[in-house]
Amino acid sequence: MADIKDLETYLNEVYGPVTDWMTDFDHANPEYNENAHALWDEMRDKCPVAHTTRYGGTWLPVTHEYVSEIAYDTDRFTSRSVVVSRMKPSLAPDMPPAPIGTAPPISSDPPFHHDARRVMLPAFAPKKIAAWEGDVRALCNELLDNVEGQEVIDAAVDYAQHIPVNVIARMLGFPLEDSDLFRKFVHDVLEGVDEPVHVRQPKFDRLFDYISVQIEEHQANPREDLTSFLLNATIYDQPLSMRHVAGSIVLLLLAGIDTTWSAIGSSIWHLATTPADRERLVREPELMPTAIEEFLRAYAPVTMARLVKEDMDFHGCPMKAEDWVLLPFPAANRDPKEFADADKVIIDREENRHSAFGLGIHRCMGSNLARLELTIAVEEFLKRYPNFELSDTAGVKWSNGQIRGPRKLPVRILPNK
Amino acid sequence: MRVRVDTSKCQGHNRCYALAPELFDVDDLGTAFVLNDGVVPAGLEAKARLAEKNCPEYAIVIED
Ligand code: HEM
Ligand code: SF4
Repeated sequence: MADIKDLETYLNEVYGPVTDWMTDFDHANPEYNENAHALWDEMRDKCPVAHTTRYGGTWLPVTHEYVSEIAYDTDRFTSRSVVVSRMKPSLAPDMPPAPIGTAPPISSDPPFHHDARRVMLPAFAPKKIAAWEGDVRALCNELLDNVEGQEVIDAAVDYAQHIPVNVIARMLGFPLEDSDLFRKFVHDVLEGVDEPVHVRQPKFDRLFDYISVQIEEHQANPREDLTSFLLNATIYDQPLSMRHVAGSIVLLLLAGIDTTWSAIGSSIWHLATTPADRERLVREPELMPTAIEEFLRAYAPVTMARLVKEDMDFHGCPMKAEDWVLLPFPAANRDPKEFADADKVIIDREENRHSAFGLGIHRCMGSNLARLELTIAVEEFLKRYPNFELSDTAGVKWSNGQIRGPRKLPVRILPNK
Repeated sequence: MRVRVDTSKCQGHNRCYALAPELFDVDDLGTAFVLNDGVVPAGLEAKARLAEKNCPEYAIVIED
């Protein structure tokens, strides 16, 4: 990692505009997500590993080959922190060390990762998740009822963002009326990665404080939900530590909300801007499963990160211990070496080994839930509104940071043809 | 035709089970296993190939 001579300055400096996207990129700069597809194509042709000295040194490999190589290589790359910010673990002495990390299992490495993941997996198995279908459908319809009759609706703000928050609040047994509150906590933490530490840390503290209150409430009144499930769970015959339970809940909120919100929003954005695909899906609803996988491939919302364990050479890149490496699964999904017509959205694509949910041991634990929410959200939206378009192209606003999706998505509802 | 899941590669994306539930199932931890000892009944060959083409981990192996 680059020498940090003056820690205060390093932690609190405000980053300037990007001078060159190959050698000085900044994934938290708004231009990155706005132009992501073109930027990754350019990097794939020119690099294919971009670099920046920001955040104490960060690499960005954009081919499917390199992304999967790093995802599988848990010996040389650690998951101790998966969100790039200035706050490297070595600068945060009270951060729990590998292989556990702050939010097991996403922040864990083998062998602990396997055991922490096992605790939670049964709650997210396909048959368990399928039972939520009716609730999710009812929720989507309730949200659509709320905006019934409006000529223009914001599909990101009025619709997509509420779905994952509400579902995870129900699963965890948190008060549904707090949904807006903790969606804001989560959002602040995820979008503020380039902020100075003195601004960022209090946001984390707020989130953990809120969760502690919910945990205490569940200790007093245990019930049939995911929070009580975690409080009763054991690892190596011992109950999970409070830090582990709180970390896992933070993980479920951080991992499940902005991600699914983004996937729903991007899919609706595609249907608003591609009338041929929208009309075809309305005519041939049996294409929904392949269409959903194609939206996940083409608009994959999640880029994760790793830290380099020891100085090494990665295909000619001199990676230093503690350097960040971004894992842009969305860029891997657009690599023409892995996908035919990688830059085209083909809603009946037959062969689709996309990695929107990651590759290797950290495969998204919520993938069954995310697919259920995404499929139902798109189905119900199209059923209610078979015809719509962007009402204001300039009004579309994309997120900042590692989770990519529309945060403002004004669409005009048109009469059914 | 026979089909096999390489359990050292399978990470539980559940694509196989979603696309070809006649040929695959998943356990409580999400890991896939083949039904019918991996023998693909006549007429389901295309489904086996479809599952193979959609496994992100390249964990499905088809043996003709
Ligand atoms: C479309 C929506 C979603 C996408 C694209 C997505 C994507 C991902 C990706 C790429 C990873 C891999 C992380 C890594 O390699 O470091 C991951 C991990 C994870 N995701 Fe998701 N996710 C989504 C929704 C959800 C939901 C709804 C939940 C739960 C409520 C969830 C829970 C998790 C958990 C717990 C992990 C950590 C697994 C581990 O480290 O073993 N995700 N997700
Ligand atoms: S699709 Fe592949 S990784 Fe997923 S469950 Fe089936 S065999 Fe396993």
